[in-house]
Amino acid sequence: MSGTPHPLKRRAPVRPARILLHVFLAATALAWLAPLLWAVFSALRPYGETSAKGYVSWPDTLNLDNFENAFRQSDMTHYFGNTLIIAVPAVLLTLFLSSMVAFYVSRFDFRLNLALLLVFTAGNLLPQQVVITPLYRLYLLTDLPGVTASGKLYDSALGLVLIHVAFQSGFCAFVLSNYMRSLPHELTEAALVDGASVWRLYWQITLPLCKPAMAALATLLSIWIYNDFFWALVLISTGENMPITSALNNLSGQYFTDPNLVAAGSLLTAIPTLIVYFVLQRQFVSGLTLGSGKG
Amino acid sequence: MTTDTTTKSPRPAAVPPAGTAPAGKRAARGHERLLTRRDRITLALMAGVPTLLHVALVWVTAIASVLLAFTSWDGIGFGSIRWVGLDNFTQLFKDNPQFWPAVQHNLIWFGALILVPTPFGLFLALQLDKRIRFSRLYQTAFFLPVVISMACIGFVWQLVYNPDTGLINSVIGANRPGHYIDWIGDPALNLWAVLIAASWRHTGYMMILYLAGLKSVDPSLREASALDGATEWQSFRHVVFPTLRPTNTVVLVVTIIEALRAFDLVFVFNKGAQGTELLSILVTNNIIGESSRIGYGSAIAVVLLVISLAVIIPYLIATFRKERRA
Repeated sequence: MSGTPHPLKRRAPVRPARILLHVFLAATALAWLAPLLWAVFSALRPYGETSAKGYVSWPDTLNLDNFENAFRQSDMTHYFGNTLIIAVPAVLLTLFLSSMVAFYVSRFDFRLNLALLLVFTAGNLLPQQVVITPLYRLYLLTDLPGVTASGKLYDSALGLVLIHVAFQSGFCAFVLSNYMRSLPHELTEAALVDGASVWRLYWQITLPLCKPAMAALATLLSIWIYNDFFWALVLISTGENMPITSALNNLSGQYFTDPNLVAAGSLLTAIPTLIVYFVLQRQFVSGLTLGSGKG
Repeated sequence: MTTDTTTKSPRPAAVPPAGTAPAGKRAARGHERLLTRRDRITLALMAGVPTLLHVALVWVTAIASVLLAFTSWDGIGFGSIRWVGLDNFTQLFKDNPQFWPAVQHNLIWFGALILVPTPFGLFLALQLDKRIRFSRLYQTAFFLPVVISMACIGFVWQLVYNPDTGLINSVIGANRPGHYIDWIGDPALNLWAVLIAASWRHTGYMMILYLAGLKSVDPSLREASALDGATEWQSFRHVVFPTLRPTNTVVLVVTIIEALRAFDLVFVFNKGAQGTELLSILVTNNIIGESSRIGYGSAIAVVLLVISLAVIIPYLIATFRKERRA
């Protein structure tokens, strides 16, 4: 090891070492993708062929039939629609509410601010199961005749939106308040001296400056809320009302009757997240590392 | 955790009124003076409405969990709530055959994540940080599992583990009667099978956190150590790793929380049947199962809550204290 210390090693890396590193990384990356590629491979093959020849065999036919069948038989559009009804309001409301809290905490150093932020952030880190038993009862006991189809918070999109907002706003408030604190104080100070209202300070001056952070958080939240499995599993009782990720569990028993259809069906549910990720990769990663205290 | 308060400065850790940076305080006081009555009402609403929602759905329910854990309740009318003291806990600790296995599995979950995928994620981050070609491409591959939902990951890995049609058994020839290896059903194997899937995801997550952490390591430090003739390992051990301390804290907390939250993957795999019981699964089964016992389920939740807060509170206090210094 220490026989020939090579002072220039880092600047002009030895070629064979670089090549070895590339071989290692490429092999590992491929191994990492293997389970997904296996799912894609299974999904592309007709069930008849795989059951005759075995799953590890040279494919004779590769087509998108399984994807089409999985999509149509299970009426996936409906479940994607459910997700949309929940995720869009939840993301917007979370950003709106948490940016207000962050604005308050970062601009007005009243006595409460640190305690407030602590409460929000700690709440966000709790496992969901800590609150689920009373929450489930609360949702069952809350009557909302005429507001939701079920007449309760339970089994309604509204109930899911509320719990998503309540839970996620902790993380967002933390990230946004850090971001807002980095904006120059003179900015709002000057506007306030000029007689601008607090609301204008927030809506017209602070918020537009937070666009990068908001974009990152919006990306992150969309994926998280889309991927949520637990809340809907417990708080939605009618299979029809489930968002796509949670519906997958029921659908796999009912409609996805063979492994090829299961593969196709579950890959279909991953497509929206993959699109968002590939298009907004930078926002996603920066959001994740912006406030990496998130579990 | 907070022993250094006396030596550091007169400002206590998490008690709000003791000042932040004096300049910020002055500016904020200036803000405060200029507020009209309407502004004050606006501010109260801006802070109050989100807080109310968050506290009502997260903290009130968490506290309700604690209170309900000492009661027996059928969930129908509030009149039927009965105080039973520690009954739920004694039953849980003594009579529930699933409880201690669940605790053990949660611990194994944490141990496995911190020992295998976390160092491996760090290792990948170190390699990808070397200004290497195709770095983005590799990162995308490793990070992909983090983006996909846990439920979807569960289904994808079932295709790998299925005894009849799965990739592993097909390749090693264990998919014939008499030779089956039941990766999902066998209680001796299934936890490890799930943990491989969980580690698969965790590695990418850790890699991204460490990559971000490495960006803040001063490159001249590393260059200096290389010039001094340090090997790659020496410079990592003595220069890079110590500067990653803040990232390590985050990683530790994220991993603990992740181990406590583990649920989706196991539920999709085998609903937490024998071999893969987890605390989160016990709580959930108590709600959606046939015999829902509110007090009892809450008692399990309290165990989760206590462990979580023991991690969360010291971490947050340290984080916020550091922030105020900055």
